[in-house]
Amino acid sequence: MPKDSGIGASSKRREDVRFLTGAGNYTDDINVHGQAHVYFLRSDIAHGRISNLDTSAAESMPGVVRVFTGKDFEGVGGIPCGWEVTDKHGAPMQEPAHPILAQGKVRHVGDPIAAVVADTLAQARDAAEAIDLDIEELPAVLDMKAAAKDGTTLVHDDLKNNICYDWQLGETDNAKVDEVFANAAHVTSLDLVNNRLVANPMEPRVAVAEYSRGTEDYTLYTTSQNPHVIRLLMCAFVLGLPEHKVRVVAPDVGGGFGTKIFHYAEEAFCTFAAKACNRPVKWSASRSEAFMSDAHGRDHVTNIELALDAENNFIGLRTNTYANMGAYLSTFASSVPTWLHGTLAAGNYTTPVIQVNVKAMFTNTVPVDAYRGAGRPEATYQLERVIDKAARELGADPIALRRQNFITQFPYDTPVALTYDTGDYNGTMDKLEAAADLAGFAARRASSEANGKMRGLGINCYIEACGIAPSNIVGMLGARAGLYDAATVRVNATGSISVMVGAHSHGQGHETAFPQVVAEMIGIDESMIEIVHGDTSKIPFGMGTYGSRSLAVCGSAMVKATEKVIDKAKKIAAHLLEASEADIELKDGQFSVAGTDKSVAWGDVTLTAYVPHNYPLEVEPGLEETAFYDPANFTFPSGAYACEVEVDPETGQVSIEAFTAADDFGNIVNPMIVDGQVHGGIGQGIGQALLENCAYDENGQLLSASFMDYAMPRADDVPFYGVDHSSQTPCTHNPLGVKGCGEAGAIGSPPAVVNAVIDALNSGGKAVDHIDMPVSPSRVWAAMKG
Amino acid sequence: MYNFEFEKPSTIADAVAALGDEDAQALGGGQTLIPTLKQRLASPSALVSLSGIAEMQGVCVEDDGSVAIGGATPHAVVAREAAGSYPALAALAGQIGDPAVRNRGTIGGSVANNDPAACYPAGVLGSGATIVTNTRQIAADDFFEGMFSTALEEGEIITSVRFPVPQAASYQKFLQPASRFALVGVYVARFADGVRVAVTGASEDGVFRWSEAEQALSKEFRADALMGLSINPMNMIGDLHGSKDYRAHLVAVMTKRAVAACL
Repeated sequence: MPKDSGIGASSKRREDVRFLTGAGNYTDDINVHGQAHVYFLRSDIAHGRISNLDTSAAESMPGVVRVFTGKDFEGVGGIPCGWEVTDKHGAPMQEPAHPILAQGKVRHVGDPIAAVVADTLAQARDAAEAIDLDIEELPAVLDMKAAAKDGTTLVHDDLKNNICYDWQLGETDNAKVDEVFANAAHVTSLDLVNNRLVANPMEPRVAVAEYSRGTEDYTLYTTSQNPHVIRLLMCAFVLGLPEHKVRVVAPDVGGGFGTKIFHYAEEAFCTFAAKACNRPVKWSASRSEAFMSDAHGRDHVTNIELALDAENNFIGLRTNTYANMGAYLSTFASSVPTWLHGTLAAGNYTTPVIQVNVKAMFTNTVPVDAYRGAGRPEATYQLERVIDKAARELGADPIALRRQNFITQFPYDTPVALTYDTGDYNGTMDKLEAAADLAGFAARRASSEANGKMRGLGINCYIEACGIAPSNIVGMLGARAGLYDAATVRVNATGSISVMVGAHSHGQGHETAFPQVVAEMIGIDESMIEIVHGDTSKIPFGMGTYGSRSLAVCGSAMVKATEKVIDKAKKIAAHLLEASEADIELKDGQFSVAGTDKSVAWGDVTLTAYVPHNYPLEVEPGLEETAFYDPANFTFPSGAYACEVEVDPETGQVSIEAFTAADDFGNIVNPMIVDGQVHGGIGQGIGQALLENCAYDENGQLLSASFMDYAMPRADDVPFYGVDHSSQTPCTHNPLGVKGCGEAGAIGSPPAVVNAVIDALNSGGKAVDHIDMPVSPSRVWAAMKG
Repeated sequence: MYNFEFEKPSTIADAVAALGDEDAQALGGGQTLIPTLKQRLASPSALVSLSGIAEMQGVCVEDDGSVAIGGATPHAVVAREAAGSYPALAALAGQIGDPAVRNRGTIGGSVANNDPAACYPAGVLGSGATIVTNTRQIAADDFFEGMFSTALEEGEIITSVRFPVPQAASYQKFLQPASRFALVGVYVARFADGVRVAVTGASEDGVFRWSEAEQALSKEFRADALMGLSINPMNMIGDLHGSKDYRAHLVAVMTKRAVAACL
């Protein structure tokens, strides 16, 4: 029987009532008395020197409060990068300045040059048109391989070249790797591109900042996945403000997908300008601005080689990747192609020798940073594509080849720095084979062929590393932040509970799932518990939500804090029941003395905590506990996906006929929410595989700068999904045994789709071994033509 | 968006008068014009809405059997009300954009704009329709003059479009995956005296008739009649979503499918 509350129940998402009825409170819904509006004048040139910038005409335009340029930010810090990667020679990465407003040079289309603050947005925009601006255009640096060559145009004049770092992981002895490949019975090599994406959350970024001259306090409302991180970065590295005088609020946030993790120039600008203008300042991005100023995702160009022995065992893997950083280092950009990517190169397999090489490149494009999956989709895509190609070359069954090389013993130390604590890859593949009815594929293919279509089956396995941790290890790897999280459980006198969490919910359903855990632990109704998040003045210092970490890390903190609350409540109950604390049991919201019928209700104990008349003298009044939790390791969700496509041989149109996901997320708190997260992730993965393409022309102009040319997946682009989450190997090191599910779908689906398309084409006699994403009709047709 | 005056006349005469002001612009359903204004890419002094003019609304069948559609009729109304009298055209209207677009966008606005990837120009040219304005009647063959260019004079209003109804017709649209405009759309109409084939989405010159296909199909109306015929890719549009060669290929495929759908 499915449960109807607590851990394991598909409780309905309580937050959806306000989201779906227009009662949400998003940042753009916040208007502060007396606010002015800012409009950013952005570069329409990819690379150039500002030869003239005259704002005098704009300053006298109606309604204008003040016009800011880079000059106003001389001496103010730039946007920092939160992760210092050390290159393979031991040198720190090259870290260019990232100014709030351009200082002398523009480096991508969308780079902010000036900001006009005016009474209304229309006035600000009118005045921006009156700014006299000349830019001396320079050649745009776009091709990553060309950008790595000596003597080429530099994106940053003060750096020695365009290479942020040249990084390596795994086997450092090139001769040893060469020997493995030289002695291999078979080597499969594949060149591929992991296409650049624009996250496009439904809600564009917004910032509203106010400053109180009386108290010298700042409040910044911003569309963020991690308000404390924004406060820390902005106060300590950009504006030099005392943290305790700055409150950062991220209210309802309409989707993030990673792109709202980062600290952006616009929110620092609004905070700065609120004091400078002595007026609240508001900025709301248009969709066009979002395309050219939100951090983009992916954008890797890779060669991957897989070596196999005569028995088809994987014996070596080598990758050479160019990873695009864009024009500046966004907050966590440097970590994505390295510690979130190279570390996943082993995948689900026992490959003993692995060498990962990554050159991170500066180009005249929008900065690139984490997007749903962040490095792990790129790692999975390259590995699972090369395995599929190897299977085709060897005439091996793609599932059997994978099974033969699966890791089966845990814990497992990979050659690329991770220790997988648990997993059951064969068990998960068994679930997939059943759920996707792979036995019936041949009949389905025959039926498609009878209708003039080519049908393909694509298999993919993934492993991901979630809940990035522990802090002491990530610190050694270059992280400039800890990766713990925190929760405060505040029990009210009448027994209801507010849980203040460091995680931030922007679609994940925390407001529903987190209370299920506390309700289960205490044995009270979920409706008695509410989650408070997104306001640094209310919550403990937490690191926010990304990397599928919320329940595994912040949820663990919440469990620890709840345990402290229960321990204290037991002391109070023991006093009330005149029993020994050791004999007190808590079940269904009742404290009872073991082996007796004496009991006291949760609400009586909580009331006593705040009305401590009859109370143990050695116990403090009140019932509120905080816990910080720093995990011992990553968690390692894994899965096996199957995609079936039909390809129209005349047009190259691909349609997804079936998609089945078998995931191992360990224990699951709310199966419905987990299903939904997987559905959304697969939708984004299908978007990347078939539709989405952020493209620049040779001058650095963004070709796909609106939804007219950037193809977001629509409901009719995706099938009804089959999901099976019954393969469950609980995480061994966190109290809930949970692993994280937010990114899995986006990681596991792109290779399944592309593998399926390649399978379909080959079944139709078209010897095509690869098509880069997005696998658009036009690209499929060109590949079929040969 | 820059500021502008807004007028909503209730007669064609008042609309024509309002459009006499310099820099005044007619507003149909606004599905192209409003986004253009929001981007500040146009700055008309006044917008003259045509949606309040009763005589420019609706679908009716004329005495000669032709179907006349008021210039301010939204696509959704055509999809519904022409379904009996001219089903292929109604189906075309039902494939434009999404429900919001179909309930705001109008046939007159679409035809006057002549977007090279819009659906209606293919239906109008493929049907050999007549564009009726406040001053004259223009044959479709004389109306479309190239990408975003038509025979309309300044201030001239499309009051209706009159379609002869063919024996059989079909519009086959291959979607541009982002905008869902036509990457290539082909309208085939079979009349007693011959076949018309109009292609949208494909050419740098906007909607055009594929005369070789028309001749072949007029002789023998079946898909096989198109065997061996191809479009020169030189003047095709090549972009992010499809090369010139791909578009030329799709024209042939979509034409074949349109013929098959007619039979």
